[in-house]
Amino acid sequence: MDYQLIWVLLIAVAVFAYVTLDGFDLGIGILFPFIKDPAKRGKMMNTVAPVWDGNETWLVLGGGGLYAAFPLAYSLLMTAFYIPVFTMLLALVFRGVAFEFRFKSKNHQKHWDFAFSAGSIIAAAMQGAMLGGFIEGIAVENAKFVGGPFDWLSPFSVFCASAVVVGYALLGTGWLIMKMEGDFQGNLRKLAKPAVLWMAVNLGVVSLMTSYINPAYAARWFEVPNLFFLAPIPIVTTGLLYWLWQAVSHREKTVFGITLAIFLLCFVGFGITLYPNIVPPMIDFRTAAAPENSLAFMLVGAAILIPIILAYTAYAYWVFRGKTGDEGYH
Amino acid sequence: MPMLDPDILARVQFAFTISFHIIFPSFTIGLASFLFVLEALWLRTRDEAYLALYKFWVKIFALAFGMGVVSGIVMSYQFGTNWGPFSEFTGGVLGPLLAYEVLSAFFLEAGFLGIMLFGLNRVGPKLHFTATTMVAIGTLFSAFWILSANSWMQTPTGYIIENGRAVVQSWWDVVFNPSFPYRLVHMVLAAYLTTSLVVGAVGAWHLLRDRENRAARIMFSMAMWMAAIVAPIQIVAGDIHGLNTLEHQPAKVAAMEGHFETQNGAPLILFGWPDMDAEATKYALEIPKLGSMILTHDWDGKIVGLKDFAPEDRPNATIVFWTFRIMVGLGVLMALLGFASLIARWRKSLYSGKWLHRFALIMGPSGFVAILAGWFTTEIGRQPWVVYGLMRTSEAGSPVAPAAIAGSLVAFVIVYAIVFGVGTAYIIRAMNTDPRFAHTPKGEVLRAGSRPVSDPTITPAGE
Ligand code: HDD
Ligand code: HEM
Ligand code: HEM
Repeated sequence: MDYQLIWVLLIAVAVFAYVTLDGFDLGIGILFPFIKDPAKRGKMMNTVAPVWDGNETWLVLGGGGLYAAFPLAYSLLMTAFYIPVFTMLLALVFRGVAFEFRFKSKNHQKHWDFAFSAGSIIAAAMQGAMLGGFIEGIAVENAKFVGGPFDWLSPFSVFCASAVVVGYALLGTGWLIMKMEGDFQGNLRKLAKPAVLWMAVNLGVVSLMTSYINPAYAARWFEVPNLFFLAPIPIVTTGLLYWLWQAVSHREKTVFGITLAIFLLCFVGFGITLYPNIVPPMIDFRTAAAPENSLAFMLVGAAILIPIILAYTAYAYWVFRGKTGDEGYH
Repeated sequence: MPMLDPDILARVQFAFTISFHIIFPSFTIGLASFLFVLEALWLRTRDEAYLALYKFWVKIFALAFGMGVVSGIVMSYQFGTNWGPFSEFTGGVLGPLLAYEVLSAFFLEAGFLGIMLFGLNRVGPKLHFTATTMVAIGTLFSAFWILSANSWMQTPTGYIIENGRAVVQSWWDVVFNPSFPYRLVHMVLAAYLTTSLVVGAVGAWHLLRDRENRAARIMFSMAMWMAAIVAPIQIVAGDIHGLNTLEHQPAKVAAMEGHFETQNGAPLILFGWPDMDAEATKYALEIPKLGSMILTHDWDGKIVGLKDFAPEDRPNATIVFWTFRIMVGLGVLMALLGFASLIARWRKSLYSGKWLHRFALIMGPSGFVAILAGWFTTEIGRQPWVVYGLMRTSEAGSPVAPAAIAGSLVAFVIVYAIVFGVGTAYIIRAMNTDPRFAHTPKGEVLRAGSRPVSDPTITPAGE
């Protein structure tokens, strides 16, 4: 069995699961500045209160999995992204405790709302910036990081950050449209329109810039025959964006679904651009892999436990299905 | 400037963040099991007092758990940010253990936590109890894997070195490395003990106000049973753990005991000041031969001193000597509290003895102090190695600019002080509310929803 390939795919799945699941609950924090009413904010938070911890666990699996399966990549990436990683983690600290703290004190509710919202925005932005820095490549010599602490910061990574923030906000909107009713749902729909536009612009710019960053990236997409195989990805994405634009004004469940599909296509697109590198531009996943028997040992556990995890996670979502009423924190 | 040495900075940062982290798991491991017991008692007896206690403690649990999660996520990335070369070297061994922890423990806890906190009325008492059980099991799985990882760093077995990294030969030997069973038992007992001391202190606090408070009586009595039973066991477990350490890490034990000279019939040094430069323990107050007796079970047994190790291979005895004494001293006090509660029980003054309640109140935070002191002993005592005998801490650090580490350290100190300071204040406030009223509509976490639960008495009317 090709354990290295299996693990690179599994980690990609974990990262994608993280991006979509935590994406919508970070999105709720990103929407806070646009919703001022404390009662509505409370309701928004309660839609994710029972599940946010599980969502964030995928981040731990992504990090832990990388450490376990591709230790060299873990070590190089964490060192290169020292500042954005810690900024993200600290932002997640504020955001995570805000769930509990917000409902503990009326006097400080505003502060914890701010912590929740700023924490969500900063965490999302750092994830985007790291994505940008990742695509641009990391300075490595003899398997050691030789760059500076701010290498990840560039116009491109700022653009990626903006794309991720607005993308998460859209996921959050889609989620809330499912969970909310009446006027409030209408407010959300109004917010979604400009967000869709901004996301379309961001995706276009990021895609174009990516092909300039590295000729190899452009070649992957534009050479024949790849061009024909891969062309459907941008075409379908464009179609989905158009559908999303229409759906936001009247559909209930599709908004979230379409946004997820767009995320999936973008994610696959990144995979295609970067494959087989795990630390672009030089180190491929085979070079970075852990010893074969470590990968095999973990795969046994993953094969047994991941289906179980998916089952009870689905159960937890099912228990809290439907419109969110007044339960949750008070 | 010596303070800007990146290794020192990275170590201080790691020590700071993990010391904060461990405080919360120690409490949530014990509290999850306590909640499991409370809910089981409620389901069996249908006595509302247990439900009230459950609801009282689950609020505190939610706060502590939240802080444990956010501080834990930081930890899982810090291996790479601060200890890149260490991560490369150990990734194939420790990585899978941590991956198993995520898969078997963290998901389990997180997946059922929502139901535990908010789901009682949606799923009914039986399934809700299952959720509580899963969360409790999850915390224990977590302790299992992380302690296995840490123990492997203390006593590595089951590997070979290939191309400059550790490759596993036997997973059994890696997971069940020589110090792991001892450390697991000692740490889980520590968590239970710590929790029982906190519960006991809260019970005592409410009894000091109103000794007729039934909920407070129940928790105080449960906690005192726990302390009376577990504290002595912990002392025995610690002693056995120490013997295991003597076998595998003699330099650590020499530092803990403050022994510089190798001698037969070594004394037990009760107090003193180990001076690393002078290579002697100054102002020592000692009991002749008892040291040999405890460690080798022979009055004339041979005890190796620090001078047997090259100066660059010695851990800092000044710190380890004292952290060890703090832990042991507190352990003895805990056993004393347990014993006192037994006497009070026998004399029927368990709920009226003010001195006992005050003693229990003071001991409330002592478990946390003992746990931190224990970990400092363990971790500093293993220096200068990060993986004992294989990799030195000085070789383990990432090539990160000192200013970046210093900046993030300052950020951590500020953020943790704010966040965990406020969180602790909320916890103390929640502890101060009267547990008898924990399941009246006003202060509820487990809210009654529209659907009535099987037992109508627990669904507050009008909710
Ligand atoms: C003896 C117990 C113990 C010890 C020594 C540690 N932990 Fe821990 N950890 C737990 C026991 C625990 C726990 C009780 O299982 C927690 C508390 C809250 C939770 O979610 O699980 C937890 C939470 C927790 C989380 C968040 C999980 C989530 O999202 O639900 C992470 C990522 C870590 N830990 C990682 C670590 C690392 C990398 C450690 C050491 C370097 C470490 N922990 C030491
Ligand atoms: C949870 C309670 C723990 C506490 C309070 C704790 C405390 C400490 C302290 C004080 C240090 C610094 C030692 C020194 O610099 O002299 C340290 C270092 C370290 N510990 Fe722990 N530790 C804990 C658990 C763990 C666990 C479970 C692991 C691994 C799975 C671990 C891995 C490390 C590593 C990699 C270092 C850095 C290298 C070093 O300085 O030794 N620790 N810890
Ligand atoms: C008199 C009683 C005790 C003795 C003799 C004792 C002994 C020890 C020893 C020898 C170690 C070091 C293990 C090593 O070198 O790796 C240790 C570590 C530790 N102790 Fe204790 N201990 C006692 C009481 C306690 C108490 C009361 C607590 C907490 C409630 C506690 C918590 C810990 C922890 C968390 C560690 C670090 C983790 C570990 O290595 O297990 N100990 N103890």
